[in-house]
Amino acid sequence: MDNKTMTLAASQRLLKKSNKSALQKEKRGKYLVLASALLIITATIAITIFLGSKGLQAFISNGVSIYEFLTSTKWNPTAENPLYGAVPFILGSFAVTILSALIAAPLGIGGAIFMTEIAPSWGKKILQPVIELLVGIPSVVYGFIGLSVLVPFLRETVGGQGFSLLAGMIVLSIMILPTVTSIATDAMSSLPKGLRESSYAIGATRWQTIWRVLVPAAMPTLLTAIVLGMARAFGEALAVQMVIGNVRSLPSAITDPSATLTTIITLNMGHTTFGSVENNVLWSLALILLVMSFIFILLIRYLSSRRQF
Amino acid sequence: MNSKVADRIATTIFYLIAATIVTVLVGLLGYIIYHGFSKLNLDFLTSPSSSFRAGGGIGNQLFNSFYILFLTMVFTVPLGLGGGIYMAEYARPGRLTNAIRTCIEVLASLPSIVIGMFGLLMFVNLTGWGYSILGGALALTVFNLPVMVRVCEDALRTVARDQKEASLALGITHWHTIKTVLLPAAFPSILTGAILASGRVFGEAAALLFTAGLTTPTLDFSNWNPFDATSPLNIFRPAETLAVHIWAVNTQGLIPDVREVADGSSAVLIISVLLFNLLARWIGSIVHKKITASK
Amino acid sequence: MKKMKSVYLLAVMALILVVATACGNKGTEGNANGDSKSASGSIVVSGSSAMQPLVAAAAEQFKEKNPDADIQVQAGGSGTGLSQVSEGAVKIGNSDVFAEEKEGIPADKLKDHQIAVVGMSAAVNPEVGIKDISKKDLIKVFTGEVKNWKELGGKDQKIALINRPDSSGTRATFVKYALDGKEPVEGAATEDSSNTVQKLIKETPGAIGYLAFSYFTDNSGITPLSIDGVKPTDENVQKGKFPIWAYEHSYTKGEPKGLEKEFLDYMMSDEIQHNLVPEQGYIPANKMEVKRDAEGKITKK
Repeated sequence: MDNKTMTLAASQRLLKKSNKSALQKEKRGKYLVLASALLIITATIAITIFLGSKGLQAFISNGVSIYEFLTSTKWNPTAENPLYGAVPFILGSFAVTILSALIAAPLGIGGAIFMTEIAPSWGKKILQPVIELLVGIPSVVYGFIGLSVLVPFLRETVGGQGFSLLAGMIVLSIMILPTVTSIATDAMSSLPKGLRESSYAIGATRWQTIWRVLVPAAMPTLLTAIVLGMARAFGEALAVQMVIGNVRSLPSAITDPSATLTTIITLNMGHTTFGSVENNVLWSLALILLVMSFIFILLIRYLSSRRQF
Repeated sequence: MNSKVADRIATTIFYLIAATIVTVLVGLLGYIIYHGFSKLNLDFLTSPSSSFRAGGGIGNQLFNSFYILFLTMVFTVPLGLGGGIYMAEYARPGRLTNAIRTCIEVLASLPSIVIGMFGLLMFVNLTGWGYSILGGALALTVFNLPVMVRVCEDALRTVARDQKEASLALGITHWHTIKTVLLPAAFPSILTGAILASGRVFGEAAALLFTAGLTTPTLDFSNWNPFDATSPLNIFRPAETLAVHIWAVNTQGLIPDVREVADGSSAVLIISVLLFNLLARWIGSIVHKKITASK
Repeated sequence: MKKMKSVYLLAVMALILVVATACGNKGTEGNANGDSKSASGSIVVSGSSAMQPLVAAAAEQFKEKNPDADIQVQAGGSGTGLSQVSEGAVKIGNSDVFAEEKEGIPADKLKDHQIAVVGMSAAVNPEVGIKDISKKDLIKVFTGEVKNWKELGGKDQKIALINRPDSSGTRATFVKYALDGKEPVEGAATEDSSNTVQKLIKETPGAIGYLAFSYFTDNSGITPLSIDGVKPTDENVQKGKFPIWAYEHSYTKGEPKGLEKEFLDYMMSDEIQHNLVPEQGYIPANKMEVKRDAEGKITKK
């Protein structure tokens, strides 16, 4: 862009239009944008308060034991002696999240290194749009393909019903792959040039440079990429629900069906009556999701405070 | 010697990883388009869906998706622009700015199902609207707002510093500078960002399950009076979007031709998102050319 | 830029206007005029996803006769329907369980209209080789006491249970009348959609699940089970021989009036009961020879 001509044109436009009430407009404009910014705070606070109070209702007004909720593995809110142990879902959520990060992290960071170090000239031209398109694929489509391709495939090859932690893990890892890759790419390409050059200068191979110099240097941001991916996996609802089997017992193997916080919420929300205990405990599950996303943010903040480059 | 071999192996592995990623995408897109393309015809795209018979279309769902997207953008663009301008131009380092930034981060990382449940409390129960298009659009506004704020802030920050300074040096007020110098210069990147965000909104389902609902009333497409209950434009009617439809037919549906409908809907969804993506690039480059061309 | 802004402002203002007027409109909705011959007005029906197709189809036909009437049928689950009708948010709430069975619903304030009956039974993968099961054995299968079909005289295959979500009406009915209230153990998968359950039973070796009769067609690829020698057929349910069935309820808050009443009367008319109801795999409510109350007590009509 030719900045000089731009600036000139702009200043001419400005001079013509400058008017008396400029100061007033200045103030009004400032308050207008401040209001929009404050709305973001309002929305965040509203969400926290609404979901917080609704999520605690089960414990406060229905007398569900918070200890049972967080430690028991038995969930059966509709039985005569209702049981509210959310451990299977909490563990299920963590299990699929961690497992999918285990796949997406090496693939995503590997892809990022491929784009920045191995084939910077053409690798980026191919992979960048691929990643952007993967981001754009809606999660229900991932779920649908998981249900119609992956689940039958797993049933034939590894046995069982196909609905399993494994299926959830595969679907989620593809879903979070673009998140991890794009942030990891930013991390790698923001490393100072000198780092690479000095490593090559002392005779290191490309792999040694990547593994001993670049990856450690970019580590905090690479971890941020993984944590952001995990945050997305933890909160994903519909795609997981379609493939995981939604069984409320603890899985004993990766091929067993399981359930997560989100899948139990989506399955039962419509069937339960608003205000009943069965419904309120679902809001408590949602509160766990909310708290977890705060924890993920704290984690990311901590990691970015340790960034070197 | 050894390190050379290790280098070779590592390089091969990186190539394999890149190939895997490309294969996954090509496989996914190929599968959806291959299976869905044969279902795509005018009849499928325009006729209303059936809740128990085979042969239903996705006409209403398609309209709902675009209508909710449109409303969402009507809410988000000005708010996002306001927030972005504040963060890029007015925010001084301090507690308030920090708080806003944290809130943007929190909102951006909230699971969409949580936003949907908040929407259920706020826009469905508290307001007494029931499942409605407006409720869905407002929930999606919460979902989309952090993205738009970031897009606008980044776009404004990348406008060359000297342009802004020149304007200020001429004694022009800050607000006027923003309006006449910064915004026009940042317009292409804001537009591109907004279109990409539209793709995300278009495919979102979890936030809409409990806000816009799972059904669509019979619509009379010759009735464009937004106050009428059967009008497609009525913002207080429930509306099932395309993405929600794919989930609903697969997990709750009663129709016998689930597979066909889901295949076709997925193809439409993917093609729409691809078009959003291409459109964003295309408009971005055109506006860029126009602005940089001499006047 | 300036022009765009004013157009935009105009659009936003128009929108606000629409919102405001529509809000105002809302209050007058549903004031059906009960005196006139042709029904008019508008009501919202919400609730059970399973009943939505039936009620929506009936509403369609009703509208053809009464062009001035508008009936919106939403799906959101039985719980949603019951809460919304008791709050007065909708006029009719559909549910596949008795309101008494749902916690937090003032059942005494709601009027029950049983519009149809749905029969259901357990179904297995055809390879299992069992067509008849005693209730005792069925309970053993679902409580995990029996783990292989071999033990019941079937093929040597592991039993794979397909369940429904905790709060689903289908599950509640099955647990109450097929398993005598015994909670099933967790099995292979929990799915909400009857379609998915049918597909899973068909595709999974050793699978057993429970479905409404309408899914037991000749080409469904699953074997419905007779229970204690009684076949799962409409006649057996009507005569009270086959135990697993449930009403499809439409609840109103208090006695129905105006358009609600006309619509519910229409639902109970022969036109719907003898055509649409059986067409969608339900048993007409007025053909039942037995009656059941919320506690599950059965009496002859």
